[in-house]
Amino acid sequence: MNGLIVNNLTIDHGAIRAINNLSFIAPRGKLTAIIGSNGAGKTTLLRSLSGLKDVKNGSASWNGKSILNTRPENLARSGIMHVSDGKSVITELSVKDNLALAGLWRKDKKDVAAATVEVIELFPILGERIKQNAGSLSGGERQMLAIGRALIARPKLLLLDEPSLGLAPLVVEQIFQTIKSLTTKMDLTVVLVEQNAMGALKIADIGVVLNLGTVVAVDHAQTLLNDPAVRAAYLGI
Amino acid sequence: MTQFFTAVLTSLSSGAIYALMSIALVLVWRSTRVVNFAQAGQAVLTTYIGYEVIQRTGSYWIALVAAIIGGAIIGAFIDRFFMRPIFKRVTSGPIVLIAPVVATLGLLGIIEAVIGVVWGLNNQSIEPPVSNAGFNVNGTVIAFSLFNAFVLGTVAIAMILLTLLFQKTNIGLALRASAYSPEISKLSGIRVDAVRTLGWAISGAAGGLAGMLYVPSTYLFPNAMDVLLVFGFIAAVIGGLESMVGAVVGAMVLGCAINFVATYISTALVFPTAFVVLILVLLVRPSGLFAGKKGRSA
Repeated sequence: MNGLIVNNLTIDHGAIRAINNLSFIAPRGKLTAIIGSNGAGKTTLLRSLSGLKDVKNGSASWNGKSILNTRPENLARSGIMHVSDGKSVITELSVKDNLALAGLWRKDKKDVAAATVEVIELFPILGERIKQNAGSLSGGERQMLAIGRALIARPKLLLLDEPSLGLAPLVVEQIFQTIKSLTTKMDLTVVLVEQNAMGALKIADIGVVLNLGTVVAVDHAQTLLNDPAVRAAYLGI
Repeated sequence: MTQFFTAVLTSLSSGAIYALMSIALVLVWRSTRVVNFAQAGQAVLTTYIGYEVIQRTGSYWIALVAAIIGGAIIGAFIDRFFMRPIFKRVTSGPIVLIAPVVATLGLLGIIEAVIGVVWGLNNQSIEPPVSNAGFNVNGTVIAFSLFNAFVLGTVAIAMILLTLLFQKTNIGLALRASAYSPEISKLSGIRVDAVRTLGWAISGAAGGLAGMLYVPSTYLFPNAMDVLLVFGFIAAVIGGLESMVGAVVGAMVLGCAINFVATYISTALVFPTAFVVLILVLLVRPSGLFAGKKGRSA
């Protein structure tokens, strides 16, 4: 089975169980939205999938290869890019240098250059600000830069942590639409973790609902959007 | 007037050596968040290596290259086999902040003790490669020599090379990124551990160069570099600990303060002067002269 398969994952934060026996599948080439309220364990899940957090119980594999407890830099080099929360850019470096980071280790410098051009076509504002420090960018621009940087590495699996956090609704809409089009255009598998459940489910193929560190519902995103129980509990309708 | 210009020149020349130590400390601080007290031990050990090379080959120049390379290897070795295991094992509690610093202090003691056992506590000397006799200006011999000029020039070249490395190369970008945000760097695919070891190597090389430029004007003994560690640290704090430019400017400020006091008041006040400068900076601008407007995030 191709894609990301997470099986019986359990992670403790000190005395607190952040992830409890969690299993789901993010099929290859699809956009999977993982929604749930604050504290549902979404960020912990992504941090374990990208190697930032060690895991003792459970398994996770990408296209058949186990990925848990692997160095994040090695996962990044094998095509698994994690855009962590908090608009993860290095504010002291220029936009250009931020983008360059994900291409430093790549042998194919021609393709790095091509990928950089593509990212700037995707987010023209980054081209306008290419020499500025990332610290001078707005929240939305930083999110574009963080996603753009991940794309320079030509990822296969993109893990996005709360890209909508703290952004104006119009910017959120733009970012979400970009994420959706990336999935189809670049043969990318995307796992999108979001508190903005409505927005995430609207663009997603698959929806996974988390509560207290475990999966409470999995279905086609459209089905979840129409599910009265989910609507009441997570969409505030 | 001559006295004034001489004081300026000697300030720059000794400031240049402080700058090397200061940069060595800043490089490790930025990448590892540790004030590396072992730097004095690394630098003096490296200088003993240079000393041994001179004994065997008679060439200061071969010794200089050997010391720089030796310093880099020792620095990389300490990070890889001493600091990295400590960081891996000590991960929680208040000890996290203390353990690495205490470890470098312990390492300093060990290195200097071993040097004492191997080479003894007596003063050795390294002959300067060019004349260390003061220049003769209109019949007066001033306290600035060809060797001092050599020191100044060598450090200037080292600074230019370091700046080019950090600002113009991919390795430099990896070094800066890993210092600012290890996590984002790792997630971007950069081998941060290896980059950090490289930072320790560059730092060790700078310390080795400092030793080879400092010792010819004085003597070589196990604690020879301790005073430079103190001056380098003060210079780094003046510069805000984060910035290499700050470290150089801090070193020059300190060099001037020390040499002017020594020239016009008394050489006995050199050490107190350094601390007075440190305390003044801490009182007036505790984040250092070169800390960014809003500080650094990581």
